[in-house]
Amino acid sequence: MNTTRRAALGGIASAAIISTAHAQTGPIRIGYSISRTGPNAGGANVTTLPNYQLWVRTVNEAGGLRVPGGARRQIEVVEYDDRSQSEEAVRNVDRLINQDRVDFVLPPWGTGLNLAVGAVLNRGGHPHLAVTSVTERIPELVQRWPNAFFFLGRSSAASEALVTTLQGLQRGQGLGNTVALASVQDQFGIELVNAGRAALNRAGFRIVMDRQYPLGQQDLAPLLAEAARANPEIFIAFSYPPDTLAITEQARIANFNPRVFYTAVGTAFPLFRQRFAANAEGVMGIGGVDISSPRIRDYVARHTQVVGRPPDGWASPVTYASLEVLEQAIAQVGTDRAALIRAIGSGTFDTIVGSIRMENNQRIAQPWVGQWQGENFVAVGGAGTLTPVQFPKPAWRPA
Amino acid sequence: MFIVDVVLSGLVLGGIYALIAMGLTLQYGVARIMNLAYGEFTIAACFAAYVLFTVSGVNPIIALAVAMPASFVINWLVYAIFMTPLVKRAPDAGALEVDSILATFGLLFVVQGVLLVIFGGTYFSYSYLAVPVQILGSAVALNRLLAAGIALAIALALYLLLMKTRMGTAVRAVAVNPASARLVGIDTARYAAFAFALGGALVAASGVLVSMFFTFNASMGVVFTMKALIIVIMGGVGNVLGALAAGLILGLAEALSAGFLDSGLTMAVNFALFLAILLWRPAGLFGKRAR
Repeated sequence: MNTTRRAALGGIASAAIISTAHAQTGPIRIGYSISRTGPNAGGANVTTLPNYQLWVRTVNEAGGLRVPGGARRQIEVVEYDDRSQSEEAVRNVDRLINQDRVDFVLPPWGTGLNLAVGAVLNRGGHPHLAVTSVTERIPELVQRWPNAFFFLGRSSAASEALVTTLQGLQRGQGLGNTVALASVQDQFGIELVNAGRAALNRAGFRIVMDRQYPLGQQDLAPLLAEAARANPEIFIAFSYPPDTLAITEQARIANFNPRVFYTAVGTAFPLFRQRFAANAEGVMGIGGVDISSPRIRDYVARHTQVVGRPPDGWASPVTYASLEVLEQAIAQVGTDRAALIRAIGSGTFDTIVGSIRMENNQRIAQPWVGQWQGENFVAVGGAGTLTPVQFPKPAWRPA
Repeated sequence: MFIVDVVLSGLVLGGIYALIAMGLTLQYGVARIMNLAYGEFTIAACFAAYVLFTVSGVNPIIALAVAMPASFVINWLVYAIFMTPLVKRAPDAGALEVDSILATFGLLFVVQGVLLVIFGGTYFSYSYLAVPVQILGSAVALNRLLAAGIALAIALALYLLLMKTRMGTAVRAVAVNPASARLVGIDTARYAAFAFALGGALVAASGVLVSMFFTFNASMGVVFTMKALIIVIMGGVGNVLGALAAGLILGLAEALSAGFLDSGLTMAVNFALFLAILLWRPAGLFGKRAR
């Protein structure tokens, strides 16, 4: 699909370059550096790349990006692989801006790479639609980089929303107060657990276990054995995709049945549901979507049709929504990048995840806690349209 | 009981580590090829098992019967086509090691590229035999137990093959001293190719078995190459029982440090152990008694 599209666009592009008026009528060139290979490839290929492809295809099939005056301009894509290395990502983005002279640059996947390319985008005066970039330092970053927009908010917001959801279950459903914590030793895992630990203590929960494990670890039997021994009401793992699956599998093997079972990144992946089928039911994780929205349902259907699998239930729809924001801002002010940055920062945009309005370059109100209920990873905590939590989580069944 | 949980999970993990490393110890120790694409072949076998299981409904145990011979043939061809010229022109073992590292570094990207084109970069995972088995009151996943058991069986079979058969004696002779082996009428080129291909069959076995419980993607090969390399060096290059011992030691150390110290320290403990053993025995645990 990729080759044909690029070949077709290449044809359009060369035709356009011949014409001198191409700045107004030729294609809009959009470039990105993405981790096609290396340790980030898993995340980039679930959350970011498919949405870029889906969006470009959707826009081009509709005739192109609408610019002021009503004309439509096709999108032409320039793509580089950064091999999950920040130096490579910086070089690629620099090349996109200064050599390829693209009109816009879309961000790479992951907090580390987004922060790495932030300075280059800032210097080039390009809007930086940072989606998969979640850190505590966002309020400071937006001071330094007024061109950067953070669509997923801070790590502590995720942990605090989870604790608020748990407090709701304590009040309404008789959930106890013992918690076992596990977390991955990497930036996002550490930020989540630090904020989570503090919020749990403030809310009067009792932490009966608090363990960390190295990045990439998929053998977590001793950890789950210890958690089972502590017999908590709540189990929270601030985990990454491969270990999220390993922890859930091991919990089932050990027949460890806390009343709330939460694993962080990767719980929202379609792979999770595919792997655990009915056993996914009631598992909570980071993210969540409002499945009552017809626009989300339409998005899921199109993603499934074009990409060949459904999107994940956390950052995928937000990535797509960030592109819709760009699209609508271009329709308002055209391709002048300074005007565009102002438009994104001050406008209100109608997207598949609802209305988006930046506050200090950040999207604050959003769902943070999701839960598998049937086929869907529905939003149960945070802000927005929420579904009631299914409580307690049903006990694991034999596979 | 907690100690049973910890020791048992350590032994199972150790067996899996040994399984991952056994192919490399043959390829590196006997055929003298430091195969940097080793982990990519493991991942390729994971994908083969995944496709056979999810598309054709073939269970991974039966997939072994397909994947192992196929990988044997593929690795024989890799050796015959890409490695033989290097072997022929290398003046000594050191030069061959450098050349083979460079060549297999390229091979790594070829295999990874092919997997990326076919499967893309996303995570893959499926569930097979993910049922608990009770041993001394501790629950172990059957798929992991099976992988560790098969590792043990393969190690013993290989040991017997190498120690008790005429062919095994010839393979050991090639490992110890290729130049002298030729003098007593051993076709060293053929035996080196055989050892490399046999190593390839074992890679396939480990990939297929590991895929039953491991979440993988096309970029994860390096994880296996690193793990295998550490175990091979620690156990003594070319030594099958050394790989088994080193795998079990690392697995146990990992589980014990996770259980009694902190699960965040497992890597540190493993590498400290690796360093200590190399300081004590620079050629690895079984390194001196070359076989």
